[in-house]
Amino acid sequence: MTEIQAQAPAPTASVLDTLDALEAEAIHVIREVVAEFERPVLLFSGGKDSVVVLHLAAKAFWPAKVPFPVLHVDTGHNFPEVLRFRDETVARLGIRLEVASVQDYLDDGRLQERADGTRNPLQTQPLLDAIAAGRHDAVFGGARRDEDKARAKERIISLRDEFGQWDPRNQRPELWSLYNGRHTVGQHVRAFPISNWTELDVWRYLEREGIALPPLYFAHERDVYARDGMWLAVSDVSPPREGETVERRTVRYRTVGDLSCTGAVVSTASTVSDIVREVAASTLTERGATRADDRLSEAAMEDRKKDGYF
Amino acid sequence: MSTTTPAATGTPATDGATAPAGTLFRFATAGSVDDGKSTLVGRLLHDSKAILADQLESVARTSAERGFGGEPGAIDFALLTDGLRAEREQGITIDVAYRYFSTGRRSFILADCPGHVQYTRNMVTGSATADAVVVLVDVRNGVLEQTRRHLAVVQLLRVPHVIVAVNKIDLTGYDRDAFAAVADEVAGLARDLGLPDVHVVPVSALAGDNVVERSANTPWYDGPALLELLEGLSTIDELETDLEALRLPVQLVVRPQGALSPELAASGADDVFRDYRAFAGRIESGTVRVGDAVEVFPAGVTTTVVGIDRGPVAVEEASAPLSVSLRLADPVDAARGAVIAAAGSLPAPRRQLEAAVFQLDARPLAPGARVLVKHGTTTVQALVADIRGRLDLDTVDTVPADRLATNDIGLVSLRLSADLVAAPYAEHRRAGAFLVIHPQDGATLAAGIVVEAPA
Repeated sequence: MTEIQAQAPAPTASVLDTLDALEAEAIHVIREVVAEFERPVLLFSGGKDSVVVLHLAAKAFWPAKVPFPVLHVDTGHNFPEVLRFRDETVARLGIRLEVASVQDYLDDGRLQERADGTRNPLQTQPLLDAIAAGRHDAVFGGARRDEDKARAKERIISLRDEFGQWDPRNQRPELWSLYNGRHTVGQHVRAFPISNWTELDVWRYLEREGIALPPLYFAHERDVYARDGMWLAVSDVSPPREGETVERRTVRYRTVGDLSCTGAVVSTASTVSDIVREVAASTLTERGATRADDRLSEAAMEDRKKDGYF
Repeated sequence: MSTTTPAATGTPATDGATAPAGTLFRFATAGSVDDGKSTLVGRLLHDSKAILADQLESVARTSAERGFGGEPGAIDFALLTDGLRAEREQGITIDVAYRYFSTGRRSFILADCPGHVQYTRNMVTGSATADAVVVLVDVRNGVLEQTRRHLAVVQLLRVPHVIVAVNKIDLTGYDRDAFAAVADEVAGLARDLGLPDVHVVPVSALAGDNVVERSANTPWYDGPALLELLEGLSTIDELETDLEALRLPVQLVVRPQGALSPELAASGADDVFRDYRAFAGRIESGTVRVGDAVEVFPAGVTTTVVGIDRGPVAVEEASAPLSVSLRLADPVDAARGAVIAAAGSLPAPRRQLEAAVFQLDARPLAPGARVLVKHGTTTVQALVADIRGRLDLDTVDTVPADRLATNDIGLVSLRLSADLVAAPYAEHRRAGAFLVIHPQDGATLAAGIVVEAPA
């Protein structure tokens, strides 16, 4: 079987770089969960972090296919190009897609549209129902500890009670690489294989592995308008209000979320390498400033909130 | 209160996008809040440019609101970890927070262990995988009881490097003798405890002396700054991989059979992978090379490695801590829980463990308790046969005890329902570490390390 495999020198410990170490840890976690749980599922939004987790899973079980389905919480406000990417990805990998539809809940009255029109907070119930319906005892997510202060304390394998709640006071100590995922009926665990990755690690890994992403991560021209210090896309679910001026701008998205509440950043970064440079540089130039550019810093905050939502 | 201007100098966070990601180094910080740990952590993150502008802005705003600092934009470094403290006051957390920063040479994972509440539990959790532990000491107080306890835990867990940061040297006027007295005290303690690699650095977290850059205020100190030291120390894997034999606990067996990746199926590779069977796991120690003779526990057979796969890439060799899939020459009967090791290297299987356990759960551990022991990729039933004593961290002596309470370190005998190929932690850390788990509610009761059987 070796004829179709590339030969490459393996890194030894002394030259093992950060990405190799993080990859090894993530693959270990993914395999532990698959070995110890009956019905794992991966939360897959098409965003870069869940794309990385899926790529790691494909590597962990190669040449077999990924042995668990993916679950997407569809708010009905998704970018069409992200849904296309989602469908292409599951088809390519031959895995099952489960969809929890917020629109269904709105249609039959189980949920009501919020006054502000955003659907992000509405995702929780469809998500928990889908986990219960799929009898999923382990749910992979792409959340990272560098995203915010609460996430900095969450375990890699994190227990959820029957209401899907995280109890930070009652977390199991996590030592060495021994993960304790034992749970009782009704409980499930969330598993975060890339907990220890930073945003820059994710982009460097995407670059190194040549992983495909939805096109909206890269610079493109789009009709946008400014609101709350962000550039929002013009769409059916996010029309500009009175007095908001539509402009044609070259933008990209730092995270994948809803059309109605995800801001774009003005950027000409058109390749992953460009983005790696942009992310690395933004750390440098934003550092030490006493008064950051309001628009950019609020967009960054929004990015984090969205990333950490699950 | 710790204040400074955000315009403080520091080394660049990165050499740019094309620079390699560097190596990964894990370290833990320990010390009470009064020792200035929050300030030190904030200083490290700030001066290594790990704080983004919006975070800094919010901290500066809070600093101003609370009346810190005379200069515009002055910030209280401790506020960078303030969210955690506020949460802890509300009872939300009592445990370790992980933080990330990098320099041009290394990426760091910092396990920030809160100092005063349940310190042993947090110290153990934060230090278990640490390449180094930074223990803070206030130069005015010297070595305290808590310092001694911290260092005793670090010694038990075999953390390779200890850095004692002697803080607040600005408050003693950068006095050489004040520092030297504490350094002598630390050296004596390190000798008593048998700590192999101890570095003592005079710092002022508040003023930034010797944290990221060497300070002009301490001409009598010619050693490295704290960050410089952290950049240069070897990781556990760098230190031990070459010394230890190959050991890989099998997580699962990869057999595509009917479930070949569709991309491979489309390329007509069905035939190639029809009989593919590989043992997936993370290399715990050592190096594996194609052609190596290996033994497999519990099958008890010896065979040869014919392939090492990292995803679709076949490699000639791989070392700890990589995750790989091993193909073996013979059809070995092995599943999750098996251990693949260099031929002749596995210790004799044990049905009984003599161990030191760190009691983590609030419920005391007593003889007769039925528990689960998770070791590597195996979980077995166990019985607490005997509690042989409790470690008094102040004297580092064993004192009699009939049960173990939270934060106790005890010596116990565990009878196992099945064989484990465990080794003393002092010889092989990953083969000597295990968890004690409650069989009903699944709580992690204790963390254990195998010690030599009593004489």
